[in-house]
Amino acid sequence: MAEAPSIPPLIPDLPDASGHFGPYGGVYVAETLIAALDELKARYERCRDDPAFVAEFEHELAHYVGRPSPVYHAERWSRELGGAQIYLKREDLNHTGAHKINNCIGQALVARSMGKHRVIAETGAGQHGVATATVAARFGMECVVYMGSEDIRRQAQNVYRMGLLGATVVPVESGSKTLKDALNEAMRDWVTNVDTTFYIIGTVAGPHPYPMMVRDFQSVIGRECLTQMPELAGRQPDVVIACVGGGSNAMGIFHSYLGQHDVELVGVEAAGAGLATGHHAASLCAGRPGILHGNRTYLLQDANGQIIETHSISAGLDYPGVGPEHAWLKDSGRAHYVAVTDDEALAAFHACCRIEGIIPALESAHALAYATRIAPTLARDRILLVNLSGRGDKDMATVAERSAVRH
Amino acid sequence: MNRIDAAFARQRAAGRTVLVPYVTAGDPSIAATSDIIDSMVRAGADVIELGVPFSDPMADGPVIQRAAERALANGVNLRDVLALVADVRRRHPSMPLVLMGYANPIEAMGEAEFAEAAERAGVDGVIVVDDPPEEAGDLTALLQRHGIATIFLVAPTTPPERMQRIAKLAAGYVYYVSLKGVTGAGHLDTADVATHLAEIRRHIALPVGVGFGIRDAASAQAIARHADAVVIGSRIIAEIEGGDARDAAVRAGAWLSSIRRALDTMAGVEPTCATTPVH
Repeated sequence: MAEAPSIPPLIPDLPDASGHFGPYGGVYVAETLIAALDELKARYERCRDDPAFVAEFEHELAHYVGRPSPVYHAERWSRELGGAQIYLKREDLNHTGAHKINNCIGQALVARSMGKHRVIAETGAGQHGVATATVAARFGMECVVYMGSEDIRRQAQNVYRMGLLGATVVPVESGSKTLKDALNEAMRDWVTNVDTTFYIIGTVAGPHPYPMMVRDFQSVIGRECLTQMPELAGRQPDVVIACVGGGSNAMGIFHSYLGQHDVELVGVEAAGAGLATGHHAASLCAGRPGILHGNRTYLLQDANGQIIETHSISAGLDYPGVGPEHAWLKDSGRAHYVAVTDDEALAAFHACCRIEGIIPALESAHALAYATRIAPTLARDRILLVNLSGRGDKDMATVAERSAVRH
Repeated sequence: MNRIDAAFARQRAAGRTVLVPYVTAGDPSIAATSDIIDSMVRAGADVIELGVPFSDPMADGPVIQRAAERALANGVNLRDVLALVADVRRRHPSMPLVLMGYANPIEAMGEAEFAEAAERAGVDGVIVVDDPPEEAGDLTALLQRHGIATIFLVAPTTPPERMQRIAKLAAGYVYYVSLKGVTGAGHLDTADVATHLAEIRRHIALPVGVGFGIRDAASAQAIARHADAVVIGSRIIAEIEGGDARDAAVRAGAWLSSIRRALDTMAGVEPTCATTPVH
């Protein structure tokens, strides 16, 4: 565990009892779901305070997921950039290849404690779908994953993986046929089957208590860094960098550092073809507050409050909203948010493969791209900690299509 | 007395069930919706719910989703819906008009501006599907200052203590969602509805409308035995989208007339349009 910070925390303990992070968060859902959310909140708080639950969660993380994930000093890359030292938190080495599994294990244990044997999930790129299908297999639960038909076409391999794991993948044909529509459809399933079904939301968004619960399950990432960084680098980092779509890997690594005011926190959004083009997914950098999917947060929307379609080379960042705690961290100034284009992310992807022998997920490549942007401007004794949230095997087809493949 | 309360009082006095059709504004066009409303008024509608199209209608089934997509493809937004209300209001000065939609279009316009514009247009009530009592306090107070009722949903999963909380905020009527699911789903359980309505009435003094899953004369009659109002949406939209767009108003009106007749026959009153109560 982290030592108590020497300065009192700037960020109060959030969310408040009604699920708000300042003006963000909340429970903006139809009446039918309120009772289920109240039940989930009560149950989750009991689980969180129950040593047996915590012990089982940690056991699963150690023996099934393979935690702790290492921190790795990217020495060659840092030297080549000629500035700050870059350290990578290797969430890509987790079982199923990304941080998503941390949260899925946690929620599956909560579902089991509630006696629910059917789990549902939404997925964009398929990573959260695969992680949910994995834990459903592990705990013997029925699993249904909603996925936009456009994403199914783009991510055929993950669809096949979910099938192997015993999940049913339901194509979603409504709206833009992508992640946000999959989320709508999962909500519709939940409202219909609320007595028997547990909805495993994949990111720190949705109605309270999801943003809090998912953050708590993912916060293992930052907690490990707190002990690993002094061991490896002799001290805590100057800057922590993570990509932000919904924002679960970023909340996971930020959370333990919120009270450490000399550690700068930077979230990296997808600028797609460039913020000026309108083809991007940068809700914090270019959106404004609104209400979608159960919470108030920054959204990409038109003047009339209709949600607009997003673009990113990385399907995992291709979402028009963001977790409400990030909205609060932005407004309060505790974290700041930047955006990186498809091309910059691709360049960082290739550099990471070539220089470090690590194939990162395109999502994580956004965080790497920002690190490579600022590292040369900083002194050699500065430390950047980047959350390498997932591995890039799933992205081979996208990368091959977009890049002149370099041998 | 506002128009909603007046309509419920009049029909109660006449021994009739209040009939509440829902249509999505702008499907297939704003002009067509205007005609459809006229046609539904002639068919004996007592309150009209007008859907405000939203890009992500999480609580709606496929039929109303398609209606919203068609309306959005026509570029229809909250301001257009308010203009439509103002237009309808001129022709139907006493017809209660209720907007039903999601929080974000209102949030984008600004709650204060919306409340003012809605009053100016002649809106009587507002249902915001994803704005439960936990979050709705400010908007409800604003709307109340402008003489507009906030209509809340009650679900089969709503516990009694929540009903009391809803009773404190709600005006006009409450809308009982008769099943766990999205709009337009099947499997309506009348006995279950009757049990829940009895519980709701113990806590909420307002009239209760029942919707989600009413699709024909028989299901409308079954619900009318227990409810003050029946709300019908998806089935009317199916009628609207199921043929030539030019005749949509005629089809919607004819179908709604059949429901009006069924309700009035059951109540033992002369089947007629709703202007003159007949005992």
